[in-house]
Parts: sequence; C-alpha cells; structure tokens
Amino acid sequence: MSAWLTQHRAAFAQAVRRLSSAPLSALLSLLAIGIALTLPAAGYVLLDNLRELGSRASGVKQISVFMETGASRKDSAEIENRLRQMGKLDWRFVPREDALQRLQKTEGMAEIVASLPKNPLPDAFIVEPQDSDPAALEALGQTLSDWPKVAHVQLDSAWAKRFDAFLRLGRLALTLLAGLFAAGLVAVTFNTIRLQVMAQAAEIEVARMIGATDAFIRRPFYYYGALQGALGGLLAAALVQGGLSLLSAPVGELAALYGAAFTLHAPVIEGTTALAIGGALLGWLGAQLSVSLSLRRVG
Amino acid sequence: MIVASNLTKRYPGGFEAVRDVSFAIKAGQMALISGRSGAGKTTLVKLMASIERPTSGSLVVNGQNLATLRQSALPYLRRHFGLVFQDQKLLFDRSALDNVLLPLQIAGLSRRDAIRRAQAALDKVGLLAREKANPIALSGGEQQRLAIARAVVNRPSVLLADEPTANLDADSASAILDLFVDFHRVGVTVVLATHDQSWIERCHPNVFRLDHGRLL
Repeated sequence: MSAWLTQHRAAFAQAVRRLSSAPLSALLSLLAIGIALTLPAAGYVLLDNLRELGSRASGVKQISVFMETGASRKDSAEIENRLRQMGKLDWRFVPREDALQRLQKTEGMAEIVASLPKNPLPDAFIVEPQDSDPAALEALGQTLSDWPKVAHVQLDSAWAKRFDAFLRLGRLALTLLAGLFAAGLVAVTFNTIRLQVMAQAAEIEVARMIGATDAFIRRPFYYYGALQGALGGLLAAALVQGGLSLLSAPVGELAALYGAAFTLHAPVIEGTTALAIGGALLGWLGAQLSVSLSLRRVG
Repeated sequence: MIVASNLTKRYPGGFEAVRDVSFAIKAGQMALISGRSGAGKTTLVKLMASIERPTSGSLVVNGQNLATLRQSALPYLRRHFGLVFQDQKLLFDRSALDNVLLPLQIAGLSRRDAIRRAQAALDKVGLLAREKANPIALSGGEQQRLAIARAVVNRPSVLLADEPTANLDADSASAILDLFVDFHRVGVTVVLATHDQSWIERCHPNVFRLDHGRLL
C-alpha cells in the first residue's frame, strides 16, 4: 500500500513537473481546453437562467375557469371549495362585476360596454398550479372542465408548451455542442500526450528494461491528462463567472425596465466542481487513448 | 541459477541469433560469454534479461521459465536483474543521482530511502561527489560506472552486462571489471558478454564461447 501510494505521489509530481517545464505550451493547451469547456458551460448557465425566467413569467402557468353565465354565487362558492381542497395551487376569484369594470377601463371599450343591456361576462377563477409542467397543466384543465357549472376552461399553456419545447431544443443542442467540445478536449489531450510519449521514449525504454510495469509508465501521463483537463475546467469556470459578472448589471437594468427583478446567476461551487471533474475525466480519457496507441509504437 | 535448454532465438526474417544453446550458470557464479561480433552474445544477454523472448527451448532464471512466463510477470522478474549495456542507456535529462533513483522509484521505495540507497550505490562506484552532474558531463568510464550503480542499486541477484568496456580505455575498463569482481565476491551472479579475452585471466570465470549463435 505504501509503495502504491509512493508511486502515485511520484507520478503526480512528475505530471506537475512536466506541466510546469513547458509553461507556454501548457498555457496554450489549457486555453484550448478552457474555451472548449466554456461554451457548453455558458450555454447551460444561459438555459438555466432562461428556464427560471420563464417559470417566473406571469401567465405561463395560468388556467382561466369561466363559469356558466347562469351560475349563481353558490355555484362559484362550490368551485372555490373544491379548489381549496385540491391544494398545491393558487387561485383567485374574479366576479363578473369586476370583470366588466376592467373591460370598461380598457381603451375604446367603455362605450361598447355601456351600450350592453346586461353584464354578459361570467364569474371566473384564475388558477395557478405549482407544477408548471405543460402535461400537468393539461390534466388539471381537463379536471376543472368536468366540474359543475363550469362553462369553459382556458388553458394558457400554449406559451408554456412553446417555451418548454424551446428549452428542450436548447438542451439537445447544448448536449450535442458539449459532446463536440468534449471530443475536442480529448483530441487536444491525445495530441499533447502523444508528443510527450515520443519525447520520453528513451526513458520509457530504459524503465521497461529495468522492471517498470505498464501501469508505472502510463501513470504520469494519465495524471498529466487529468491535471490538464481539471485546470482547463477551472479556467472555464472562471471565464463563465467572469462573463456573468460582466453581464449581470446590464441584464438587471434591462429587467428593471420591464418591471421585473432578475439577475443572472450560476451555481459557483457545483458548477466549478463539475467542470473540474468533467475536464479531469475527459483529460484522463484522452491520455488513456493516446498512451495506449503511442506506447505500442515506442514498445 | 540460470539454465538454458535448447534455446533458440529466431528474428522475423528467419535470422537465428542463438541456435540450440544449452548451459547452466549456478547462483553466485561469474560467467563470461565470449565470441566475435555477431556471435549472438547480446541476444543471449537480452534473452536472460527477458528483454527478448525465446523462439524455442527453455530458459529458467531464478526458477522461472522465461519462455512461458506471462508478459505481465516479466517486469517483476526484471527487477531481480541488474543490466549494464554497452551504450549505458543513461537518461541525459536528469542528474546522475536521478538516473540511479529510477529502479528504486519503479520498486516503490520512499524518496528518502531511495536517495539513501542511490547515494550508497554511487559511492560504491566512486561517483558520489558527482551525484548532481548530468551524465553528459561525465567521461565514458564514469558513465559506465553510473550505469553499474543503476544496475546494482536494487540489489539484484543477477548482474548482466553486455560489452560494458567496449568503448573504454584500458584503465577505465580495468576499473569496471574490478567492480564486477567485487559484486561477484559478495554473492551476486555476474554474467558478462565480451569479446575481450584478457578478462578470462583476470577473473577466472565460467566461459561460454559462442560462434554464429551456437555454443562451442
């Protein structure tokens, strides 16, 4: 166990030495990896913020329940009672008189409303369920429409559906982009390690002759790949956070102009950890592929 | 103990460097493989060091038949050998001490223990004062002594050397040979491949003469 740990420590130290022995080429590789990871990471942050913005937008998850025109207040009270029993939703009652007043206040409608012999509007409920999933909204709309004295249920989920479809498309595009850039990261590491194996050919030959196992020879290259990937991931996290800091204030001002309070955000610790671990795993994979192929040539 | 039975090494293309060779070297013996250039000495040393695998026959070293041993087991077997090459195979991107440290790192020794043992090995070959020097700054004789230090630092049971004095002047060659004799005296099995006949008178080894891959 002690020998195993000693060898891993030595391999890690060797990887650090190799990385710092050629700072310029290491920096360029880190930049390539960092930028490759920044684009999908920034895309993920953008989608996450859009999703939150969408879920906060008013009207996205509203269901309007219109009573029959002949429905009495007792009927409306019954619906109110049922809504209360359902739980997990917010609702408000809009009496027909309030609805008519609101209509009167609408520009150009005052005269039309005044000419009406009686109030044609029904009592209504505006229901906002906590679950904004379009399928759940549909199911709830169906339930409400079956209730007594309910004339019409208007599901305002079309926008939510479109938004959800947009987010799904965005996620898919992002996954493809992430896959593409992950392949790029593996390729960068592959090439870096290939050059290193060629440069270390003499040492590898000697080490093999004096009893080095394949694992001993491969280990420093694996650590190098993982270290380079992890550092690239940290660089990407820093770039994303830097970008957010720059954009945060203008986005907040824009949101304020629309009367909303919104700031860009990203999960700093989780995001940075995920990028560093993801980068390390991809770097390790690139190193493994490269070492397997390159060592055959050296051997 | 090294025992070869009907050992043959044929390279791709059909050239047989070693043909149907049988011999035995007892533990702690000093053996000399002599012969002209191209006689098969280097191939025989490489076979004993498990750098090459036999085409046919058997070669048993320390109880392990190298002809049938799993590839993954070879590195562990090689750690029992000390290898000295004609071209030394030193690493010129590190100091003399770091060259000697390599076998100990492979064996997994802690850095402190490894440095202590590497310095002792350098002291044994008279190079402790030059531990920080790059091998390229050493003379031919010093480079060969450094290679010997690297070969013995792991306390091998068998020391294999292929033409270790080929490129050295007489004095340096004599000093190198003295080192091998010293290791033999402390119980290490020493196998030297050389075309230098004067060694036979100096150290009275078991002599195996090779000619065109055959043992005479």
